[in-house]
Amino acid sequence: MRKLEIIVRPERRDSVKRALVEHGVRGMTLTDIRGFGRQGGYKEIYRGKEVLVEFVEKLKVETIVEDDRVDAVIEAIRQVTATGMMGDGKIFIYPVDDVVRIRTGEKGSAAL
Amino acid sequence: MKELADAAAIDPGVFAANTGFMILCSGLVFLMLPGLSLFFGGLVQNRNILSTTMHSYAMLGIGSVFWAAIGYSLAFGADIGGVIGGAEHALLGGVGATADGPVPGIPHVLFMTFQCMIACLTPALISGAYAERTRFPAMALFSALWLLMVYSPLAHWVWGGGWLQRLGALDFAGGAVVHMSSGAAALAAAHVLGRRKNLELGEIAPHNLPLTILGAGLLWLGWFGFNSGGAYAANAQAASAMAATQLSAASGLLGWLFVETLHYGKPTTFGAASGVLAGLVSITPAAGFVEPASGLAIGFVGGMLCYGGMMLKLRFRYDDALDVVAIHGVGGTWGALATGIWATAAMGGVDGLLRGNAGQMGVQCLSIAAAWLYCYAATRVALAVTGVFTKLRADEPEQLRGLDLGEHNERAYNI
Repeated sequence: MRKLEIIVRPERRDSVKRALVEHGVRGMTLTDIRGFGRQGGYKEIYRGKEVLVEFVEKLKVETIVEDDRVDAVIEAIRQVTATGMMGDGKIFIYPVDDVVRIRTGEKGSAAL
Repeated sequence: MKELADAAAIDPGVFAANTGFMILCSGLVFLMLPGLSLFFGGLVQNRNILSTTMHSYAMLGIGSVFWAAIGYSLAFGADIGGVIGGAEHALLGGVGATADGPVPGIPHVLFMTFQCMIACLTPALISGAYAERTRFPAMALFSALWLLMVYSPLAHWVWGGGWLQRLGALDFAGGAVVHMSSGAAALAAAHVLGRRKNLELGEIAPHNLPLTILGAGLLWLGWFGFNSGGAYAANAQAASAMAATQLSAASGLLGWLFVETLHYGKPTTFGAASGVLAGLVSITPAAGFVEPASGLAIGFVGGMLCYGGMMLKLRFRYDDALDVVAIHGVGGTWGALATGIWATAAMGGVDGLLRGNAGQMGVQCLSIAAAWLYCYAATRVALAVTGVFTKLRADEPEQLRGLDLGEHNERAYNI
């Protein structure tokens, strides 16, 4: 199992959700986050004064997928989030030791 | 109350239409203070909105009390040497229901009330310059001192039979008394208070522009009473002033957006709200003295000039937090000049430059110099006196935590 930590533009929330569900993902966790990467910040203008917004609003989606589906899921996410411009986001991939469903005590893939 | 009613009934000098009109105008000027508190409140950080709101609401308290106590008398009491009014109207002595005040046709007490609203508004305008770093006790004491030391004398000079009025300076609703005075005071306060701590952190984006834009709308509405009320009668001059006010606000909006779009490529809603205020400030001294169509030019130029005025603080690095110098100082000064240019005897009895009376420009320039110099210097004195009694500036930890908690022990947003 792998954990995908997907950081995308906030407005891509619904299309990311649909893409994940189409690939058999049955649950995910969303967090509104702020940060910067290569995009850096951007400028806003208030009464002729430039205000640098250093931390840009992003959406973080966390989900767990089976090893053999990782590549397909990543491709599906890129399909709906890649605009070709800086600021599209990143996907971090981590190994997951195990999962426990609290209600039943099931472990592993059965707990997903 | 019965005596008041009897006096009104028997004084044939009180005209019902004028009285009703001026009651309405007084209420509209009152509305400018809640409007101003929203306008300023949206512009500051979310931890300073209550402190900023308090500046306007506290002025309704401080201003009204000190105005009735002695401020009104200093402004409109019997003239002493052209510089100040006498004390005979202290605690509203002799200010009653008969039409024996400075203007005919309305009860003296109504004239006092209309002027009271303007006296509350003007010190509140200054608060935009010292927002987000001034302790509340200092603000309260300074505002009371300023009302008596700066506002009342200037109102006397221009409206109360003082030396500027005798020289023929034109100021219909407060270009010098309200806008240049608050603009000059704002510059002095920015100099004395220094820069806000949060500027070093780069936090200068307004926290809630919709509040600001709502505030601008209320100010626009209130301004009709402010400017039309300068006629003190339900007459043609009041109607003309209302039309001039609307046209100047409208073209101020467009003038600001025009130059902003040239400068940065996009028109902003904040720019639209700012341009409205620039147009309203610019027409204030001229409203009843010019033809309404002149408001189109006065507002458009005013919008562009006030936009340029905002570049001054970036250049000279004084922290006029909410641009009181740029809007009220620059707009009020332009308005005084514009009055000298476009005034026409058919409206207010005096011709300006375009009607062949170049001398009026000299008087207008003199009133500008007098207002700026006196108000800047006297504001420095009022701040120095305030500083003897209480610390002016919130310390840096308090500024970073926010003045809402630091000065008032409350927060605007508990969500």
